[in-house]
Amino acid sequence: MQSRLDERFTAAREEGRSLLVGYLPAGYPTVDGGIAAMRAMVAAGVDVVEVGLPYSDPTLDGPVIQDAADAALRGGVTTTDVLRTVEAVAATGAPVLVMSYWNPIDRYGPARFAADLAAAGGAGAITPDLPPEEAAPWLAASAERGLAPVFLVAPSSSDARIRLVAGISRGFVYAASLMGVTGTRAAVGTQAADLVARVRTATELPVAVGLGVSTGAQAAEVAGFADGVIVGSALVKVLVDAQRSGAGDAAALDGIGRLAAELAAGVRTPVPASA
Amino acid sequence: MATRTAAQPAPAETATAAPSIGAVREQAENWQAFPDPAGHFGRFGGRFVPEALMAALDELTEAYDQARADEGFVAELDRLLATYAGRPTPLTDAHRLTEQVGGARILLKREDLAHTGSHKINNVLGQCLLAKRMGKTRVIAETGAGQHGVATATASALLGLDCVVYMGEEDTRRQALNVARMRLLGAEVVPVASGSRTLKDAINEAMRDWVATVEHTHYCIGSVMGPHPFPMMVRDFQRIIGVEARAQVLERTGRLPDAVVACVGGGSNAMGIFHPFIPDTAVALIGCEAGGDGVATGRHAAAIAGGSAGVLHGMRTFLLQDEFGQTQVSHSISAGLDYPGIGPEHALLHETGRASYRVVDDAAAMAALALVARTEGILVAIESAHAFAGAFDVARELGPDATVLVNCSGRGDKDVDTAARWFGLLDDAGGGAAGADPRG
Repeated sequence: MQSRLDERFTAAREEGRSLLVGYLPAGYPTVDGGIAAMRAMVAAGVDVVEVGLPYSDPTLDGPVIQDAADAALRGGVTTTDVLRTVEAVAATGAPVLVMSYWNPIDRYGPARFAADLAAAGGAGAITPDLPPEEAAPWLAASAERGLAPVFLVAPSSSDARIRLVAGISRGFVYAASLMGVTGTRAAVGTQAADLVARVRTATELPVAVGLGVSTGAQAAEVAGFADGVIVGSALVKVLVDAQRSGAGDAAALDGIGRLAAELAAGVRTPVPASA
Repeated sequence: MATRTAAQPAPAETATAAPSIGAVREQAENWQAFPDPAGHFGRFGGRFVPEALMAALDELTEAYDQARADEGFVAELDRLLATYAGRPTPLTDAHRLTEQVGGARILLKREDLAHTGSHKINNVLGQCLLAKRMGKTRVIAETGAGQHGVATATASALLGLDCVVYMGEEDTRRQALNVARMRLLGAEVVPVASGSRTLKDAINEAMRDWVATVEHTHYCIGSVMGPHPFPMMVRDFQRIIGVEARAQVLERTGRLPDAVVACVGGGSNAMGIFHPFIPDTAVALIGCEAGGDGVATGRHAAAIAGGSAGVLHGMRTFLLQDEFGQTQVSHSISAGLDYPGIGPEHALLHETGRASYRVVDDAAAMAALALVARTEGILVAIESAHAFAGAFDVARELGPDATVLVNCSGRGDKDVDTAARWFGLLDDAGGGAAGADPRG
């Protein structure tokens, strides 16, 4: 059975473009403010939303997402608020995934989290520090609730590990484009295209590329070889900058809309991968 | 590495479903079987890290397995431990302390006399030699009290490796002397201003560095914690403490000690002295967690007494966390014990009952520090003072016919400022703990 997420990838493929996946943390600057920002990015052309679950020890995140997560936690955001955010954003019709480090889901209980995420209309979860070797409880819970468990591959992954990760992922495979933490980069780098090509030899699943993409031009470049373009820090930075400058919520939403529109244009004008 | 026996459940099943204590204890009779090939100590341990680090951890595991089977590597490490680090460290009969406490005979394993002033050098020499063997040119480390950072900076200077040490901003203030020591040794010290600005955040920052630099950099983790193979490898490098101490106690007293007591933050000095005694089931193994202001106040660092099972820094273990799995900030007067988790093998030892864990609060530790200084002329680290405070209770419980072995894991030079403030010994330090003058 095709899920809403699968249908989006199929449709995008038919349109000859990539999907735009946008990340924002729940609870930043407030729970309602975060929901408004996510809705704004969907309205401006983001196809799939990643709702970040703010965590106290985000070892895979750079300073921008760390700062936003810290602020959200200081504001008292909880897993319950994250699920409320998922529900509110899923109501737009966009597929919504939770992006979470493993311990908050482990603590909530994998089966209970899967049940509540599915009930909120979520499409699945991306779990960057849950390796396939430890994933059995989450795979079972996801399968029971029809959720897509999304796992990551990295440039350092062996072909055997790529097969392992691709074999248990549903929805898509998340290709981390570089060796490093989240954050904007001046250039996407050549590792991403190579990695995507390696993943394609292992699976028919769509492959989405994340880490470092921040501009429409970069989105177009990645769209030339990947099925999905994941943008996080650049979007979060718009909200963080607006908070710091006191620009106000309306200005922050405008900024999110402008960047999302630029990125959405990018994924619709893929630059053919150079040979 | 030990192969997994058929009786052991598959790693994935151990991830959340707790096997019965009886089943774990049965496996635990062969302690060398831990961890399993995937790094599990019963339901604890494992590898919860981003995929980007998995290849490096596999490479490290393989390199370590080869190195420890290589006579040349083992001989070189033994040579450095003997001619550079000053091993074996002595066993001291604490006569006056024994008399003052009024209980069992207290013996001290003197890791404070190892080069750089603590047991940390044992692990660091092993890991830095391994890093060189793997062709790495740069070493990074986290540090709390600064002892592991100083040891890593020392080994890096000796072996010609670039060294960067991450240290919580709060700790750089508490342990300013060690910051200067690391810089003198040629290391770069990076104060970490994120999160709680202590050890846990220094680990986060070191992991962020490592994921981007793993090709040429080794992350020299300082305790029996983190993703596999670190808990196993650090334990193995620290086992020398227990191997020496067991032989020394036998030689000195003609029998094994009745109890072995050590302080536990991540737990490397404790695991090092405990591990060779694990098969000696008559020997009680007792870890002392940092109680801060007291477990009841919520301001403590006692992961076993006041925590619950979860995942932090790449391992499943006991940790301080709230109902949503957010790590809670730990508190201890001792920067080296100020960590919200504990090594996964300690979690297993606790759950199987092979070791027991007690809580020692700030005040008890500082009183012990003062008593040891006045009776034995040894100024111990505040971390080690937690072990002494616990050992005093154990010595009284066991009585004069018994022997208690205490791991004196580090010296207290770095803590003079903290201790002077606590006891109000500085002429301009208005106060400290009221009535806490160690002269009584």
